[in-house]
Amino acid sequence: MFNANTKTNQEEMLKKIGVSSIKDLLKDIPGDILYPQYNLPQALTEADLLRSVKTTAAKNKPLSNYIGAGIYEHFVPSAVNAISSRGEFLTAYTPYQAEASQGTLQAIYEYQSCICALFDMDVSNASHYDGATAMAEAVSAAARIKNKKKVLFTSALNPEYRDVLRTYFAGNDLVKFQEVKIKDGITDLEDLKANLADAAAFILPTPNFFGCIEDAEAISKIVKENGALLIAHVNPISLGVLATPGSYNADFAVAEGQSLGNAMNFGGPGLGIFTCKKEYVRYVPGRICGIAKDADGKRAFVLTLQAREQHIRRERASSNICSNQALCALNAAIYLTLLGPEGIKEVAQVNIENAHILKEKITSLEGYSLKFDKPFFNEFVIKCPVPAAKIIKAMAKKGISAGYDLGEVSKDMKDCLLICVTETKTAADLDNFLNALRGI
Amino acid sequence: MNNYKHNVLSIEKSVDGRRGIKYTPAKKSAEQYLPQNMLRKAAPKLPALSEFDTVRHFTNLSRLNVSLDTHFYPLGSCTMKYNPKAYEALASLDNFTSVHPYAPVDSVQGSLEIIYGLEELLKAITGLDAFTLQPSAGAHGEFTGALIAKAYHNFNKDKNRTEIIIPDTAHGTNPATAAMAGCTVVNIKSGSDGRVDLEELKKALSPKTALLMLTVPNTVGIFEKDIKEIAKLVHDNGSLLYMDGANLNALIGLVKPADLGIDIMHINLHKTLSTPHGGGGPGAGAVGVVKLLEDFLPLPRVACDGKKYKMMTKNKKSIGSVKTFYGNISIILRAYCYLRQFDTNTLKTIAENSILNANYVREGLRNAFPAFFDMVCMHECVLTLNKEKMPSVKTLDIAKRLLDLGFHAPTIYFPLIVPEAMMIEPCETEGKDSIDIFLGAMTQIYEEAVANPELLLKAPQNCPVKRIDEVSAAREPNLRW
Repeated sequence: MFNANTKTNQEEMLKKIGVSSIKDLLKDIPGDILYPQYNLPQALTEADLLRSVKTTAAKNKPLSNYIGAGIYEHFVPSAVNAISSRGEFLTAYTPYQAEASQGTLQAIYEYQSCICALFDMDVSNASHYDGATAMAEAVSAAARIKNKKKVLFTSALNPEYRDVLRTYFAGNDLVKFQEVKIKDGITDLEDLKANLADAAAFILPTPNFFGCIEDAEAISKIVKENGALLIAHVNPISLGVLATPGSYNADFAVAEGQSLGNAMNFGGPGLGIFTCKKEYVRYVPGRICGIAKDADGKRAFVLTLQAREQHIRRERASSNICSNQALCALNAAIYLTLLGPEGIKEVAQVNIENAHILKEKITSLEGYSLKFDKPFFNEFVIKCPVPAAKIIKAMAKKGISAGYDLGEVSKDMKDCLLICVTETKTAADLDNFLNALRGI
Repeated sequence: MNNYKHNVLSIEKSVDGRRGIKYTPAKKSAEQYLPQNMLRKAAPKLPALSEFDTVRHFTNLSRLNVSLDTHFYPLGSCTMKYNPKAYEALASLDNFTSVHPYAPVDSVQGSLEIIYGLEELLKAITGLDAFTLQPSAGAHGEFTGALIAKAYHNFNKDKNRTEIIIPDTAHGTNPATAAMAGCTVVNIKSGSDGRVDLEELKKALSPKTALLMLTVPNTVGIFEKDIKEIAKLVHDNGSLLYMDGANLNALIGLVKPADLGIDIMHINLHKTLSTPHGGGGPGAGAVGVVKLLEDFLPLPRVACDGKKYKMMTKNKKSIGSVKTFYGNISIILRAYCYLRQFDTNTLKTIAENSILNANYVREGLRNAFPAFFDMVCMHECVLTLNKEKMPSVKTLDIAKRLLDLGFHAPTIYFPLIVPEAMMIEPCETEGKDSIDIFLGAMTQIYEEAVANPELLLKAPQNCPVKRIDEVSAAREPNLRW
């Protein structure tokens, strides 16, 4: 289909190689398994492919979305995709040849810088697969730094993340996880204190899975007093207004960066943001871009500190990761450049306001109340008079994806709906939501 | 002429008060909703630029890249093949990009159909029985495969199988993966022809062997002709055989990996299945297994009852999730599109032409840069330097000179067993005409290396920057503004 050689080309090339057919080049392959039959559907031309896949796309029925729970719908300015879809970015690879990859490298450096600025952290890598795998890498680093196995997280950690952490460390003896209780939607400080002895680290998601903002400063103090490291997980958009991981002395801060200029895409690709204090830079997994000088002494960009990485250290590497989510990181860099210091604050404020407006509206209905009366950013839990699953089903019929059913997480929360409201919703949208809910 | 000063950072172009986007502002400030102690104290140091400033800045950055769309890019082991534009258009359809992973299952039937559809296509081309599309990259797929192997042995109460055998030609990700999975690496030396040495393998196999990780064809670009015997040795030992599918472009349409005796493999969708490399990602690393191992695959998995697709989230034997949600959907979609454009008659032409092109390069450079193992290669060839003719020149210098002449360089210094290695993978999407131009450039460089090595040592001269002192970056790391 996309082969460039014509039949004449092939003949000339075979002649040059000194064989008479392509089959002569395949003599090492056992003959009995060569050229099997493939059960493939009929090949499509481009026009047929476009028609066919558009028909499949039409089987998706996007609803007005109020689900967050790890993936967030935010407005993506048109300039983001216009730039990142340029072939020069899209069809290049990992910048192994730095002199021929200064565009990608400078963009990574700017991504790292924007993320460090937003998070108030010293170091960011060039990105990881997603928020959960970035968290797993931070856990691995913390366990090695402290040379201890115990790592704590709260029951308010996203269940998908918990699952990924469990998978990542099931095969080795590096980490043993222990769960800290929550009280009224946030970390139970007494239970945290009771469990911290001999722990390598505490994982603090804030806002947590239930949308509640934690008292990060108080928690950080407790964690540090007990000699453990703090791994924060944050919503990057929230940092337009919320206190930064750097301000409460986090050692590592990770995040799902999809919300920065990337569409929801049914959950992937994500953008794993990985940051840390500078003393831990040698524990960072994957690519890092730094400034170097060229032969004329001019500023240039390269991948650096590679002695941590798999292609050099092999089984002693800090991680097996080879790639990064470069294009998603580029989207994030363009997005943060477009927003700037004022825009990121503005969009965060709109999220807070919209979420609080919808919370007020819903809790004005009889039988609906706020499950956890705690400060929140753009996500909150509503206790409903009927099972959340029933509401989700009924709202979907009205074109609205009402939220995440917390019954999926806990039997005790079958009547709880996790609702997310971002800047993408207008006042009219919020009224629609309420009217639809009222009719159930 | 371009008056753009290429290495100025966005933050250095910042003009206070400029904005690239405006939102309808909130009516009340954050302080009116949240306690003061939870709020950010100072604004982040982000660039303040207009939309136009931003577009110009990043567009000019893009022009500093050598890319596949603009240049011949024979980066070995990376399979830099053309990325068809129709797939970009389809991957950006709102109906695909705007759905949430937890949206009601009835509202995402199209996305599920694509996931299920690609799994079916991958089963067809590999002969394996089941796939997961969750892993984000090849290395992530390797990790998934190693965990599946461990879970299988554990399930069989065979808990002492903690060793993974890896040939010395392997990518660095293989041993790093084994370590991450909590296994011990047993390295084996390759034979004099670059292939697995069966005697070395026999010595390394033990009751502790969980897995042999093998790249097929291997990283020297050579098919393991003893593969069936290797598989038998591994299986008779109660171990599993993992195929690193980084080089599947050499086999697609010619051989089904299942017929080689492979139990687990990963496929880099961004290599063989033509999804764009994106400057380093996102890619995707689908993992396929034989029936025996299906239950150990990560969750969730997509199922179909003939009418409707749904998510299966439970299986006690599963290793769990290796990332959140279902995989890199926009990449999966592109790979699906690619395979839909082939049938049983045309699929083989991918590997055939990639093998033809690599051998044409190998033969065309025979006098300038000889192949380290002088034999027919698969989809890539590994060349080395004739040090007697060019004592002061290193492979790095050849690579940098190629940049000057308008090509991306091959993969260099890999595999580790080949001194001064240059690994060249032209891919089937390049034709004889463009390869001839490349061969001409390589021949010119050879002549320069012999007659005027200074020219190479000073290369590149025509890139946006001169040769970079990479050590200077590590000495005092500057990783952010």
